[in-house]
Amino acid sequence: MLNQDMHLDMNGKPASLRDGFGKALLELGEKDPNLWVLTADVAESTRVHWFAEKFPKRFVQVGIAEQNMASVASGIAACGKTAVISAFGAFNPGRNFDQIRVSICYNDSKVIVHGSHTGITVGPDGASHQILEDIAMMRTLPNMVVLVPADAEEAKKATCAAHASTHPAYIRTGREKFPSFTTEKTPFEIGKANALRDGKDIAIFACGVEVYQSMKAAELLEKDGISAAVINVHTIKPIDRETIVKYAKKCGLALSVEEHQVHGGLGSAVAEVLCEEDGVPLRRHGIYDTFAESGEAPELMRKYNLDAQGIYETAKEAIAYYKK
Amino acid sequence: MRNKITNIKQLHLVANTIRQDVIRMLHAAKSGHSAGSIGLVDIFTALYFNVLYHDPKNPEWPERDRIILSNGHTCPVLYASLANAGYFPKEELMTLRKLGSRLQGHPHRGTLPGIENSSGPLAQGLSQAVGMAIVSKAEKKKWRVYCITSDGEQQEGQTWEAVMLAAKYKLGNLTAIMDRNNIQIDGFTEDVMPLEPLEEKYRAFGWHVIEVDGHNIQKIIEACEESRAIYEKPTMIIAHTIPGKGIPFMEFLTEWHGKTPSNEEKEKAMEILLESRKEIEDGQ
Repeated sequence: MLNQDMHLDMNGKPASLRDGFGKALLELGEKDPNLWVLTADVAESTRVHWFAEKFPKRFVQVGIAEQNMASVASGIAACGKTAVISAFGAFNPGRNFDQIRVSICYNDSKVIVHGSHTGITVGPDGASHQILEDIAMMRTLPNMVVLVPADAEEAKKATCAAHASTHPAYIRTGREKFPSFTTEKTPFEIGKANALRDGKDIAIFACGVEVYQSMKAAELLEKDGISAAVINVHTIKPIDRETIVKYAKKCGLALSVEEHQVHGGLGSAVAEVLCEEDGVPLRRHGIYDTFAESGEAPELMRKYNLDAQGIYETAKEAIAYYKK
Repeated sequence: MRNKITNIKQLHLVANTIRQDVIRMLHAAKSGHSAGSIGLVDIFTALYFNVLYHDPKNPEWPERDRIILSNGHTCPVLYASLANAGYFPKEELMTLRKLGSRLQGHPHRGTLPGIENSSGPLAQGLSQAVGMAIVSKAEKKKWRVYCITSDGEQQEGQTWEAVMLAAKYKLGNLTAIMDRNNIQIDGFTEDVMPLEPLEEKYRAFGWHVIEVDGHNIQKIIEACEESRAIYEKPTMIIAHTIPGKGIPFMEFLTEWHGKTPSNEEKEKAMEILLESRKEIEDGQ
């Protein structure tokens, strides 16, 4: 049932998305002498230490000062450079929104904002560090591109694509290792959602680590005779209206799945598209206007219904409700 | 290239012209910040007409010194300085804050030549300047970075994040000039949130500190020259200024922070400035 054009390996090895990001920086650093990287006391955690060891002169350690980091990056970019700022998503962009808005976006600075350790899957650190609002914040900003890669391989591609873009970009990754199921050959283009699996009963629009879970949920649904399409919406902004409308219309029912608040993130972006088009019913699945808690990533994904089982159940409920 | 005027009398005449321009701009705009803009005129005159290496006809010249105005609300003085230096036609000054103008209410790096970066939310400009100075130093360039900052924005935490980073990188190519005019929107800085002792604070943070009379153009130039000679530290020039300096009915009054001159006030201010111009011309 997998779309072979997408070159997926559903038995891929687990890897952390931050590793894909870090490897991309290392490769890009070789090719581009104008690439600079900054971090706020989390070089190893974000995997920018690989770049730092190789290119120390183009690495800036700002200390625990995310606001300064964002504006300093804008200054570096103003000198014709590409600057990457990397820290935990809770503080970058959680703490430095104003600096990202004015220093980076208003200048249309070539700065890549990397939020690592995002979502509930950061686990035991608890709700203060589980940023679930970052997509909403970043997608309101003019000039900003918002990328939420699905696995380590895609995180690498997203980083390279953001580097090739002329606008600022936000890249969201997590810490936990998840199966790598996309391959080097899987296409990735900013603004072009990937339909990984075709279907006719329900269209599941997912981003980040929820894409793999949605693929697994589709397998469960198939056993019940329900045909689910799964679309990897790795670019939240600019949103791929065409692909969303196409699959929503084809299935007559849409479900969005994200490791983020249901307000303001992927679900809202999909809702905005659908209500401006033919008004296909949509169920938004994610974190329902609450703070989560400490726990291991798989435990939290179970509790908050963001694992394959939770998505499967949510899809069944939505079908029962909308397709009586 | 250096558009250098060394004659102090000539510099005072330029400052007088810029003051007249700022008054006319703010009168036409009907909104904006008068006292701070006028109080900074002598500093901007020293920078754009003596200190800076730049080329108004080639604003993107890679080897130019950079100026970042961190307290962006005083941008009328920046715009008037740029226009008088030849970056764009002076007639355009009267479009300040109007629809379709290149002269935005706070500096925006876009179409207006000479604007290095968008700034305005306080303290962001100093961080941007630090980023530029880090690049210049890493690439062994000769160009320097000058950042104008207000005293009020020393209350922002981000200022001190930038101050620490500048000291860490030993940015001898960074000169910050603080407009120490003692006023902010809600009143006197020392009532709203005391800042002193500023000199000791900057020294403790590893900066070279110079205090000057912010209306003594000669002293401002000398302080900038001194900062060029300090290799291992960034320099903070604390410039003591009088808000509204040169227009007595504006001086020292916090109400003029965010107010613009009425028709009568504009006429009165222009009369005063024309009189001072005569005094400059008649003097040595």
